[in-house]
Amino acid sequence: MAVALETINLVKRFSGIVASNNVSLQIAKGARHALIGPNGAGKTTLINLLTGVQRPTGGRILLDGEDITSLSTHERVRLGIVRTFQINQLFNDLTPLETIGLAVSERRGQGLDWWRIVGSRPDLVAEVVEILERFHLADVIDKRTAVLPYGKQRLLEIALAIACRPRVLLLDEPAAGVPEDERHEILAAVAALPADVTVLLIEHDMDIVFSFADRISVLVNGALFVEGSPEEVARDPRVKAVYLGEEVADA
Amino acid sequence: MLPPPIAIRVATEWLAARARWQPLEVGFWIVAFAAIWLFPDRHLILTEIAWLGLFALSLDLILGYAGIISLGHAAFFGLGAYTAALLAKYEIINEPVLALLVAGLAAMALGFVTSFLVLRGSDLTRLMVTLGVALLLRELANRLGWLTGGADGLQGVSIKPVLGMFRFDMFGHTGYAYSLIVLFILFLIARRLVNSPFGLSLLSVKGNPLRASAIGISVDGRLIAIYTVAAGFAGIAGALLAQTTSFASLEVFSFDRSADLLLVLIIGGAGYLYGGLIGAIIFKFMQDYLSALTPQYWPFWIGLVLVVIVMVGRDRITSWTAPFRRIASHLNWRALARHVAASSSERR
Repeated sequence: MAVALETINLVKRFSGIVASNNVSLQIAKGARHALIGPNGAGKTTLINLLTGVQRPTGGRILLDGEDITSLSTHERVRLGIVRTFQINQLFNDLTPLETIGLAVSERRGQGLDWWRIVGSRPDLVAEVVEILERFHLADVIDKRTAVLPYGKQRLLEIALAIACRPRVLLLDEPAAGVPEDERHEILAAVAALPADVTVLLIEHDMDIVFSFADRISVLVNGALFVEGSPEEVARDPRVKAVYLGEEVADA
Repeated sequence: MLPPPIAIRVATEWLAARARWQPLEVGFWIVAFAAIWLFPDRHLILTEIAWLGLFALSLDLILGYAGIISLGHAAFFGLGAYTAALLAKYEIINEPVLALLVAGLAAMALGFVTSFLVLRGSDLTRLMVTLGVALLLRELANRLGWLTGGADGLQGVSIKPVLGMFRFDMFGHTGYAYSLIVLFILFLIARRLVNSPFGLSLLSVKGNPLRASAIGISVDGRLIAIYTVAAGFAGIAGALLAQTTSFASLEVFSFDRSADLLLVLIIGGAGYLYGGLIGAIIFKFMQDYLSALTPQYWPFWIGLVLVVIVMVGRDRITSWTAPFRRIASHLNWRALARHVAASSSERR
């Protein structure tokens, strides 16, 4: 099995609290890997460590075998680790056309080009339009992002990550907060992601997890608890106990 | 799978339209240049407007496009002014255009070094840090009296003719034409810059730095770059002041100058390049008119205007001119692009 992204004994402590506890996770190339776990299990911390928003207290992160632990967020993006956000992080004053145009020109290393006018490269515009059409944004290309319906913003959130041409895509609850009638559009977009892109999905909704993932890791109290195929995880009595325990505690 | 050509054409049209010259813009510059012949008796104040407009354009680049607020932009203005004055006084560089470039480069160097101080922190931190840098430089110029003339200012500066041909005169005729041409050239550069991929990335850094870095943009790198460029613009504005008045004093570094500049940009509106220029025109003519009526009440009136603009404008630094600009921008290219978009969707 070729490994795309790997963590080795990853530890993150916040003044006494252990948010990530010796996480050693392997994500296979081209995998549809899901990361689940009850609230406070450390899923967000793990994403922040993988993308370089936070520095680990200990341990290493490897991308295709290369140590990237000390790289900054934008350097990791250039290497192909791209994420989406659970709560939309978009450019409210830009249009989808500008937003995707920006991401594509940055990916092509033209971000410091200060002389050419945006959109003067036909092949770039063609790629931007292709992405916008693929994510059903063609009808709103020149609307300000702030005024788009929530479902469209959610699609743009994913399209923006795809425009960076990720090798590993971290999807943080892609359908979070999307109304029921727009949900299928998001899920279809997620299902249609290119097969060669490795996907790590962080998700609460078990229907989405089991319909999408070919491998599932369960995170509890910052540590890797169980890992296996969907069938194995579904059968595992410990996983049921964790989730049932949580539900009992909630009630 | 390639999208249909018509969709690409519409998208290209939308993107190109962002940078297209609008009739109002062309009119603005025609009037500015026509003033060389139309208002010869107003050239002194017009010269002041030109360098103040350039100075405000510089602030607009960092505030309107990158979201960096500054109360110490006079640091770069002042350094440019002293550089140009010293170069002329000691006859190191006699040709004004060359001296202008050197002054700009000196200010850029200072901008680059101090940019690292504004990368982190809130607006308040940035206000204090930039203010501090300007105060430091002012005190430095004060202490280096042997070089700068200290509190008396730099006396005995004589500026040679521009390009060896156009001599500065006491009516400001050469001064205005010279300042306006410099302003126009730097404006064209700024206009290219903000409409480029780099300019777009600045807007993204301003709007959402978290996401900007998550799509591979080095947020710090972009802020350093634009802060350095803007410092160069401010330095050239200061050099224009020194060259057109043959004088530089500690006042070029003053807090008042930085604060007035922020006011100029707020009057005109940040984030569309013309705000600084329009603000400079309004500010200077208002100052001229009101202080002629009652010199001592000028600060009262400017204070009143500030309060009114901020209260009416609600959103602190966005501009009160937005509705006018929206109308202006609907005049031509938007209509055109809509038309293309509509006709293409009919065809499908």
